[in-house]
Amino acid sequence: MDEVLRKKIQDPIEDKILYTIVYTVLILFTLTVLYPLIYILSASFSSGSAVSTGRVVLWPVEPSLEGYKAVFRHKHIVSGYTNTIFYTFAGTLINVAMTMVAAYPLSRRDMQFKKFYMFLFVFTMYFGGGLIPTYILMTQIKFINTIWVMVIPGALSVYNMIVTRTFIMSNIPQELLEAAQIDGCSDAKYFFIIVLPLSKAIIAVITLFYAVGHWNSYFNALIYLNEPKRYPLQLILRTILVANQVNLSDIDDPELIAAKQGLADLLKYSLIVVSTVPILALYPFVQKFFIKGVMIGSIKG
Amino acid sequence: MDVLKNKIKKQDTWEIFKKRWQLHVFMLLPVIYILIFAYYPMFGVQIAFKDFMPAEGIWGSQWVGFKHFEIFFKSYQFGRVITNTLRISLYSLVVGFPLPIVFALLLNTIRNMRFKKIVQTITYIPHFISVVVLVGILVQVLNPVTGLYGSIYRLFNGAGYPKNIMASPAAFTHLYVWSGIWQQLGWSSIIYVAALSNVDQELYEAAEIDGASRWKRVLHIDLPSILPTIAILLILRAGSIMSVGFEKVYLMQNNLNLMQSEVISTYVYKVGMAAGGGNFSYASAIGLFNSIINCTLLVFVNAVSRKLSDENISLW
Repeated sequence: MDEVLRKKIQDPIEDKILYTIVYTVLILFTLTVLYPLIYILSASFSSGSAVSTGRVVLWPVEPSLEGYKAVFRHKHIVSGYTNTIFYTFAGTLINVAMTMVAAYPLSRRDMQFKKFYMFLFVFTMYFGGGLIPTYILMTQIKFINTIWVMVIPGALSVYNMIVTRTFIMSNIPQELLEAAQIDGCSDAKYFFIIVLPLSKAIIAVITLFYAVGHWNSYFNALIYLNEPKRYPLQLILRTILVANQVNLSDIDDPELIAAKQGLADLLKYSLIVVSTVPILALYPFVQKFFIKGVMIGSIKG
Repeated sequence: MDVLKNKIKKQDTWEIFKKRWQLHVFMLLPVIYILIFAYYPMFGVQIAFKDFMPAEGIWGSQWVGFKHFEIFFKSYQFGRVITNTLRISLYSLVVGFPLPIVFALLLNTIRNMRFKKIVQTITYIPHFISVVVLVGILVQVLNPVTGLYGSIYRLFNGAGYPKNIMASPAAFTHLYVWSGIWQQLGWSSIIYVAALSNVDQELYEAAEIDGASRWKRVLHIDLPSILPTIAILLILRAGSIMSVGFEKVYLMQNNLNLMQSEVISTYVYKVGMAAGGGNFSYASAIGLFNSIINCTLLVFVNAVSRKLSDENISLW
C-alpha cells in the first residue's frame, strides 16, 4: 500500500512522458533487432518453395526440416564445421593460457621491469607491420596452409591481457600474496593455487571473447589457407551465403535435390542458424560473470 | 658516492631477480610470441622503401626510397580510397558512437528489471553473428525477388521487383553503417551500462528530494558520471578514423558498388595478395602510410584531451 502511494505521488507528469518515450524507443529497437532473427529462424524451418516465393512472413510456412537435412548432407559444410570446432578449441585454449601467463606477472606490484614489459605489449596495439610483412613472416616460418596459421597468430590479445591484469590486481587482495609468501609459497605455486581459482570470472569472459573470435573469423583462412579441406566454416559460408554459389551436387542426398525446388534458398537460412547457434549457446554460461569480469577490467584499464 | 649507490642498486636488482625469476619465466612465451608475430613484421615494413624480390628476401632487396609512396599519391585510386575510408569511418563515428550512450541512458531509466533484462538479452544476440553471416543475411533479406525486401515492396506496389540495393554505390555506406548499428548497438552499450551502475545511489536520492525530474537526473547525474568513460572510448575511436575494417567491407563489395566501397584495407589486400603474386612493396607502402596516420591521430587526440580535461583524461 505504502509502495503504491509513494509511486503515485512521486511520478509527476513530466516523468511519465519521459518513461513513455523511453519504453517506446526501446520496444521499437528491440523489435527491429528481433524481427530479422525470427524471420530467419522461421524461414529455416519452412519448405523450399515457401522460402523462394517469399511467403514466409513471421512463422514457418509448410514446416519442414529439409533445409537442415540438406545442411548436414553437404560435404563442405560438414568438413568446415569440424575444422572450425577444432580451431576454436585449440585456439581458445592457447589464447587463455597465454593471456593468464602474461597477465599474472604484470599484475604483481613487485614485478621487475614491469614498465618495459608493458611497453613492449602495449606498443603493438597502436602500431604493427601490416598485412604484407605478416604474410611474408608466415611464408618464412612455413605456416601457410597449415593448421598452425589458424591457432598461433593472434595467440595473445594485448587488450584482453590488460583487462585480465586489471581484474587480478583489483580482485585478489595483496594480503593473500604476503600471507602466501610468509608460508614459503613460490611465485609459480601462487599462480596455480591462488590466482587461477580466483580468476574464474575473467577466465570465463575472455574464453567467450576468444572463442567467438575464432568461430567467426575468416580473414586468416582467406589469406593463408588454400586447400578446401582445411577451410573453416566461415569460408564455406562465404561461398554459399555471400558469393551465392550453392552447388546442389555437393549435397549427398539425390532424393532431396530432385524433389525440392528452392532448396538452395532454404539451405542458406538453415545454414545461418546452424552456424550461429553453437557460439550463441556459450553466452548464457558466461553471462553471470559478465558484469564482474568485463567491467572491472575495462573501466579501470 | 653515486658509483656506490649504483653498485648497490645493481646488486639489488640482481638479488630481487634471483628471488623472483619465476615471474620472468611466466613472461617468456608471451614475449617470444610478441617478438616474432608483432615486432618482426615491423622490421619487414622496410620493404615499403624497397623493391621486394622474393629471391632476395626482405633484407637483400634494393632500396628505392619513397617511390611506392609517390606512385600511390599520384594514382587515381589515392583520392578514391581515402575519401571512401573517411566517409565510411566518419559516418560510423557520428552515428555509431553516440547511439550506444543514448541506449545505455535509456536502459538506465527503466525500473522494471525484467523488461530491462529482456531488452538487453535480445539486443546482445546479433553481436555473436559473424560478419560472413551478417552480410549473408543482408544478401538474403534484401534480395529483390526472394527476400523480405522484395516481399514488402510487392505488398505496397502490387507486383514487380525493386532494384537491387546491394549493388547500388549510393546505398553502400548506409547499409554498412546501419547494419553495424543493428548488430552492435546493444553490445557496445554494455560498458556504459556498467559505468552507470556504479553511480552513487545517494546522488539520486538527494536529487529526488530537491525535486529534480527524471530527465534532469539523466542530464545532471547520469551523463556527467559516464563522461570519463566516453572520453577514453572516443580517443580510442579517433585513433582508427583512417581505418575501416577489412572483413565486412570486403564481403559487401561487388563490381557495381566498388566506386564507393573500395577502402584502404581492401585496396591493400587486392594490390598485395589477390592479383596473382601481387606487389608486396607497393601494398606495404600503402599500409604503412595508413598506420602512420592512425598513430599520429591517436597521439594528437590524446594530447588534446589531456589538455582540455580537468582530470587529465589520457590513455597513457
